[in-house]
Amino acid sequence: MLVAIVCGIGVVLANQSMLSVQKFGLNFWRTEIWDPVAGEFGALPFIWGTLYSSVLALLIATPIALGIAVFISELCPATLRQPLVFITELLAAIPSIVYGLWGVFVLVPAVRAVETSLPDAMRQLPLFSGPPLGLGMLSAALILAIMVIPFISSISREVLKSVPAAQREGAYALGATRFEAIRAALFYARTGIIGAVMLGFGRALGETMAVTMVIGNNPKVSMSLFAPQYTMAAVIANEFAEAAGELYLSALVEIGLVLFIITLIINSLSRLLIWSMARSETAAQEPPVAAEAGA
Amino acid sequence: MKTASKLTLSLACAAALVAGAAAQTIRINGAGATFPYPIYSKWFSEYNKLHSNVEINYQSIGSGGGIQQVTKQTVFFGATDGPMTPEQLQTAPGKIMHFPAVLGAVVPVYSIPNVRNELHFSGQVLADIFLGKITKWNHPAIGKLNAGVTLPASDITVVHRADGSGTTYIWVDYLAKVSPEWKSRVGVANSVNWPTGVGGRGNEQVAGLVTQTPGSIGYVELIYALQNKIAYGSVQNAAGEFVKASVEAVTAAAAEAVKQMPADFRVSITNAPGKGVYPISSFTWILLYENAKDKAQAKTMVDFMKWALTDGQKYCADLGYAPLPEAVVKLEMAALAKIKIS
Repeated sequence: MLVAIVCGIGVVLANQSMLSVQKFGLNFWRTEIWDPVAGEFGALPFIWGTLYSSVLALLIATPIALGIAVFISELCPATLRQPLVFITELLAAIPSIVYGLWGVFVLVPAVRAVETSLPDAMRQLPLFSGPPLGLGMLSAALILAIMVIPFISSISREVLKSVPAAQREGAYALGATRFEAIRAALFYARTGIIGAVMLGFGRALGETMAVTMVIGNNPKVSMSLFAPQYTMAAVIANEFAEAAGELYLSALVEIGLVLFIITLIINSLSRLLIWSMARSETAAQEPPVAAEAGA
Repeated sequence: MKTASKLTLSLACAAALVAGAAAQTIRINGAGATFPYPIYSKWFSEYNKLHSNVEINYQSIGSGGGIQQVTKQTVFFGATDGPMTPEQLQTAPGKIMHFPAVLGAVVPVYSIPNVRNELHFSGQVLADIFLGKITKWNHPAIGKLNAGVTLPASDITVVHRADGSGTTYIWVDYLAKVSPEWKSRVGVANSVNWPTGVGGRGNEQVAGLVTQTPGSIGYVELIYALQNKIAYGSVQNAAGEFVKASVEAVTAAAAEAVKQMPADFRVSITNAPGKGVYPISSFTWILLYENAKDKAQAKTMVDFMKWALTDGQKYCADLGYAPLPEAVVKLEMAALAKIKIS
């Protein structure tokens, strides 16, 4: 039934966006103009904003989340384990809009202070150009990173737990230090960790309310971290209720369709990777049993 | 068998009683603009106190949403800050009539560190700021209007609406009248392709962003500027005076419009001529079908509108809205008579 619902969503999205697909075709993906008055719609700024903010969020979140996972599963004393797990997963329970409100009142002024204090030499770089508003790609990436950390860390923790003891014991037997053994475990679990990261990526792609409140909602493609930009989910949330006119609505639904397809692909890939990791680890455990039976 | 038939009989009686009681209450659903939501909800609750069987429910989903839903007939009446276009009127299944309910004003709000004075703006300057042509506060065009105020050399951050809105419609309608470049480059609609600036969701977020971002300028409905105590500037009207938005100045804008009021009340009163007029004023309309299917609801709405246009107007000033001029109310009463209530 769930499959039917997902297929149903896809069908409805494709159906409603037909008008826009027929009018703009592939240019929809390449045009930067979003003009409801003139009837010109191009999704490039939104696709760019979504991908840029999500990739940036992952770059920030992955080391932190992996650090948390490693710490909780390998290094921390047993008494602290449960409380830490609880706190990390509490981050996932906070509603998106609450993150947005916190972002507007706390994060954006803080980011503005950091942006203003950046030395002028660095301001010349395209990555840091533009007036320091606080609102923009940097705030959005930071908020997405915080939202995505609990997902990556909890799955990585599970994956690290499932690394067979034989691997770690083998590493120690070969004279590895504690951190080298952890590195070996991480290497073994790499497919699962990549799957966790991609799951976090999928989550970051679709995040709406928190992002729209801090990203500045300006449909322009820009490399700069300071520039206000726009994401696909944000434009749909902002403009759909008021959109009058068949073409306008259809263009918004087409953006929804693009988002749907991308998220579906990313999530499926991540599930596949995690599943293949679990399979290869059970396969690896079989030979010792068979050898014993044979001997 | 006996108990079963007794049970069904008593259930049927209960159902009939409930249905009988429900038939007394008239529930009407409406949806539309967020701007007049405070005054509408005050009106609906006051009207319910006078007529306890009338329950009017209003969802403030935005002007465009109001137009959409009333066209699809999912709600009985709509509300919008921007009048329906001829194309939108065409797609409706029946004739939709516009009735101005209150007047509102959109004000330019700003937040510049160390500037406590009230700033003067002209239409051209506002248009150039929002077009991205004036980018610094100490631009000579702004300085010329504000002699004696030291404006910093910092960037202007433009804050506009990210969501489609009637407030935006009023603002860009004014800009298009005072700036031919705005009219050709950007146009007038609930949602436009803003040349510059950041977008906030709703009047609330624009007000919030302006308060928190030093050196920013935005536009909000008058009531939001008053309630959030944000500095708002005066705007130069067509007669050349700098007028700060107030209830009297807004009503004056409507009074001028009465002279050329079209029969369907779909008129823009931005940049109205006359003395003491606030140039960025607008009607906000309630949309009703001339010949709705549910005649009981139609009759109730007509009675409600008659109350709102007369007694209801006294609640306006407290909430920051301007009451309609007498002449407009008279014309509306005549138009209300056209609605088919039987």
